Amino acid sequence: MKVNTGDVNAASRTKQMSNLIYKYMRPEHLPQIWCPGCGNGIIMRDVAQAIENLGLSRNQTVIVSGIGCSSRAAGYMDFNTIHTTHGRAIAFATGIKLANPELEVIVIAGDGDISAIGGNHLIHAARRNIGLTVVVMNNSTYGMTGGQYSPTTPTNAYGTTAPYGNLDRSFDIAGLAYGAGASYAARGSAYHVQQTIGLIQDGIRNKGFSIIDVASICPTYYGRKNKKGDAVEMMKWQRDHGVTMEQAAKMDPEQLKDKLVIGLLHHAQYPEFTYKYDMLIKKLAEEREANE
Amino acid sequence: MDQVVLMQGNEACVEGAIAAGMRLFAGYPITPSTEIAELSAYRLPQVGGKFIQMEDEIASIACAIGGSVAGVKSMTATSGPGFSLKQENLGYACLAEIPLVVVDVQRMGPSTGMPTSPSQGDVMMARWGTHGDHPIIVISPSSVTEAYYQTIRAFNLSERYRTPVIFLMDEIIGHLREGMQMKEAEDITIVNRPTVQFPDPKRKPYHMNEKKGQMVPQMAPFGCGQRYNITGLIHDESGFPTNSTEEAEKLMYRLMHKISDNYKDIVRYEQVNMDDADVAIVCYGGTMRAAQTAMEMARAKGVRCGIFRPVTIWPFPERELTAALGGLKKIVVAEHNCGQIVLEVERLTRGACPVAFVGKYNGAVITPQEILQKVEEA
Repeated sequence: MKVNTGDVNAASRTKQMSNLIYKYMRPEHLPQIWCPGCGNGIIMRDVAQAIENLGLSRNQTVIVSGIGCSSRAAGYMDFNTIHTTHGRAIAFATGIKLANPELEVIVIAGDGDISAIGGNHLIHAARRNIGLTVVVMNNSTYGMTGGQYSPTTPTNAYGTTAPYGNLDRSFDIAGLAYGAGASYAARGSAYHVQQTIGLIQDGIRNKGFSIIDVASICPTYYGRKNKKGDAVEMMKWQRDHGVTMEQAAKMDPEQLKDKLVIGLLHHAQYPEFTYKYDMLIKKLAEEREANE
Repeated sequence: MDQVVLMQGNEACVEGAIAAGMRLFAGYPITPSTEIAELSAYRLPQVGGKFIQMEDEIASIACAIGGSVAGVKSMTATSGPGFSLKQENLGYACLAEIPLVVVDVQRMGPSTGMPTSPSQGDVMMARWGTHGDHPIIVISPSSVTEAYYQTIRAFNLSERYRTPVIFLMDEIIGHLREGMQMKEAEDITIVNRPTVQFPDPKRKPYHMNEKKGQMVPQMAPFGCGQRYNITGLIHDESGFPTNSTEEAEKLMYRLMHKISDNYKDIVRYEQVNMDDADVAIVCYGGTMRAAQTAMEMARAKGVRCGIFRPVTIWPFPERELTAALGGLKKIVVAEHNCGQIVLEVERLTRGACPVAFVGKYNGAVITPQEILQKVEEA
């Protein structure tokens, strides 16, 4: 469907979009099941655009997902795709990368999937610095089951299991992965498409463990429960409250309270796990030859 | 020339796995299976394979499934508490048809139980542990030599039928050291999974040539050029989720029948002195060793005693046990639990002859005398 947005480049953008769909999606499985106004479709598109920009081979790229709304992305994307069990996407992906380090392995996960039930795998994959790229569709709720509070639901926000407001504090997923040893950690948002595509691209390019925590929107559950308005309102909120890491550095905690900080949090070079393992195999083979 | 070596059951399992082609092991330390992880860590990089110590038991089986999806024969090993944790992903491998070997060196339970004491308490968990109806193959060795060769067979069956195989050891065999006969590598049969020869993204990954009676789809390792989708949801031949009751039934029927229709290839058992036996001892795994002595003691006293030992526990060798019932006056089931396989034996005998039970569940091993006593009781 073409929408006249008054943008002179709308036609060319629509064309670019449909090219992405036919090249990287499985059109026979579209439209997707996400609710109208969900941010996940935008983030899935960001991943496809990053892959296009990097010129990755579809045959050599693997998309791994867990369980939840985010996990449906794997089925829509025309790569080697595997829809695993709840929370375990990173552990499955670790096996795939270990078995064939030539593969580009991208994990698409939700906030509950990756930081609650799968939190242990997240921190240990980061510590190991194994060459995976994790893109989090972070909507601050368990959408598939109807809007329960998740580890990224802000304190006092509502969910179906937080009828009096959330008593928990919330996780900063990118910060968590950075603290655990990830060599690349960044935050994006559904609204900030261009920035997010760039961050995903850099994350994939990084040889070690990369995480891009992307703020999604869930107007159906989170938005409705918390009176955040419709999808457009929620996107406007991201637009109006998004600040870069640089801007955030100059702000005090009070000013930062209602801000969405996006950009690169951390990028450093540490040796990647499967590379180190391959070096070990090589070394042992050389020693064996020398002894023969 | 065949070689005789002194080896532990857990070690034999690793050497058998490597001989079968295992090149990825993902595990987590747990008594009494830890030696399997330790030896894998040492041996795998020597043969170009990889070992990884994962953060937990769940991650270990998930990692092994991932390795298999990428085309590498993979294994994980654990004991009771870890085996409980692995159950969800075990079902995933059943449904998505991912070849995989899961070793459970049983220890006494429930819960943390007695970590260093022998038990056979996981027999029913091995059969029914993961949720939902599912096919499963479970093999239990009763010597170090058998640990070696049956691990190879576990891999071969897992590859041939694209299904997880549980290698159900017990602490007795896992920690036993004895001499074992090792064949030359060329004398070992290795089976590799049915694999797609001409990758084509348009090909349905779970397509079956029904005219040829095909029950196991050809597998495409990730990266080979055939892009497709794997899921733990009920799926059709395209590999994508479906809510069709017809497709669900078709898939479930095939999953169950690819195992049950190949009973003869999968089921292995041993019969000792069963030809003239009046009394049969039914046992498996490490219990065989006490049963062997009990049988010899009974024979010395003039009791015609034999042994029927399933090597493949699930599917249970029910045809052979039923066939052996004719001449029997009594069956004595001996196992290290409160009674698990005895239920299966009672189901199969349908009252044709009395079934006595020797069970031990206190962490000690069953002695030959305890079995003999039940054999001799009128």
